[in-house]
Amino acid sequence: MSQLSQKHLLGIKDITRKDIELIFETAASFKEVINRPIKKVPSLRDITIANIFFENSTRTKLSFELAEKRLSADIINFSSSGSSVKKGETLLDTVNNILAMKVDMVVMRHSSPGAPHFLAKHIDATIVNAGDGTHEHPTQALLDTFSIHQKYGSLEGLKVAIIGDILHSRVAISNILALKLLGAEVMVCGPNTLLPKYIGSLGVKVELDVKSALQWCDIANVLRIQLERQQIKYFPSLREYSLYYGINKRLLEEVDKEITIMHPGPINRGVELNSDVADSNHSIILEQVENGVAVRMAVLYLLAGRH
Amino acid sequence: MQKKLIFGPDLLEITVSRLCHQLIEVHGNFEDTVILGLQPRGIYLAEMIHKRLEKETTSAIDLGYLDTTFHRDDFRRRDIPAKANSTKVDFIIEGKHVVLIDDVLYTGRSVRAAMDAMMAFGRASSVELLVLVDRKYTRHLPIAPDYVGQDVNTIESQRVLVELEAQGFKKNKIWLINKES
Repeated sequence: MSQLSQKHLLGIKDITRKDIELIFETAASFKEVINRPIKKVPSLRDITIANIFFENSTRTKLSFELAEKRLSADIINFSSSGSSVKKGETLLDTVNNILAMKVDMVVMRHSSPGAPHFLAKHIDATIVNAGDGTHEHPTQALLDTFSIHQKYGSLEGLKVAIIGDILHSRVAISNILALKLLGAEVMVCGPNTLLPKYIGSLGVKVELDVKSALQWCDIANVLRIQLERQQIKYFPSLREYSLYYGINKRLLEEVDKEITIMHPGPINRGVELNSDVADSNHSIILEQVENGVAVRMAVLYLLAGRH
Repeated sequence: MQKKLIFGPDLLEITVSRLCHQLIEVHGNFEDTVILGLQPRGIYLAEMIHKRLEKETTSAIDLGYLDTTFHRDDFRRRDIPAKANSTKVDFIIEGKHVVLIDDVLYTGRSVRAAMDAMMAFGRASSVELLVLVDRKYTRHLPIAPDYVGQDVNTIESQRVLVELEAQGFKKNKIWLINKES
């Protein structure tokens, strides 16, 4: 079967290992396409996609937009700042108005967890979740695992540590689910205050000491401290966080083991990741960005093909 | 299910040899000519021909694999999207003569998609098509091959089954079969 099991991509929670493998195979083909002299294919010629961003984004938005353009889709962009959302329009009304313009797919980012699920229940178009609050960010998890897959050939048995602000991270949750589906072992590491209380129930190891986590893992996925989501103080100061949890070259040398460093961006340089690590050979951060376009092309292509 | 053998191992050998000589007649030592096998099944024939041509002309000839999945015209018109295969074209075809190779020519739609896909690698100076089996009277598009292994008269309900050693079959055989209705 070369078809996804779902009509929408709302979260990694809803898809299967087979789905992910199909996305990887297709993404590998698209990666070849975007490295050609002419980087465009006509597959989604008759599809219109609306990118609806109720929350700020640089990478994800650009990456989706580029993926859509490479597939020859027609696109419209919408961001909530400067729109009628500010005038009090509801989410459903906003989206229905956009759909009345005959849109086939909606790529949405929203600050409320579950917003894309709500939409999927009420409208006909295919929904792709580009991040919903602190819940899921499926395409980020797919591109992260795809990047690991490209480097190692398989994720089976690999040890991946996710380090940083797990509590506010949709990237963490989607990553954990995708990594587990693909057979990797997962550990989360961060200060106690930034680890969700029941994170262990997802079947991951929990570690408070960053050095032990690095000693254990093959791959470290370092997350950003999401200050914009933190209503209260979870740690005394950024400086202190960086002292205890910041990853720098000295720390990696002490561990004395080859560890692949990943980061979903944007990096707070000098906080969770030092420049001497972020720009080193072990970092695949820029590959993640390149793979992001290929993976999003694969997701859009496979979802559009299901009609 | 009725099966009729169109090519056995011996006849295939003779036919591939003839096709190679026809190619050499036109393209000489392949200085300005590249070969593109069409995914998924044309690549095996392309490899066979490429190997033989390199031997006969004693020159290195560019061989690429072209996948047409993302250029197909039936996307969203079939129930399941076609699965993509890899494209491997490590050279620019700008100004070159291109020989597209596929095993069976049927509706001509894959060849149209292939010509579209090919454009991403430059503007070829000319394009030719080589097929092992040309199913006559089944074309949806005005496309005709330049080199043909064998013309076969078929009807819609028939199918051409290609079994090549390179695909893991015991012997090179090509069958015409009647699809069960």
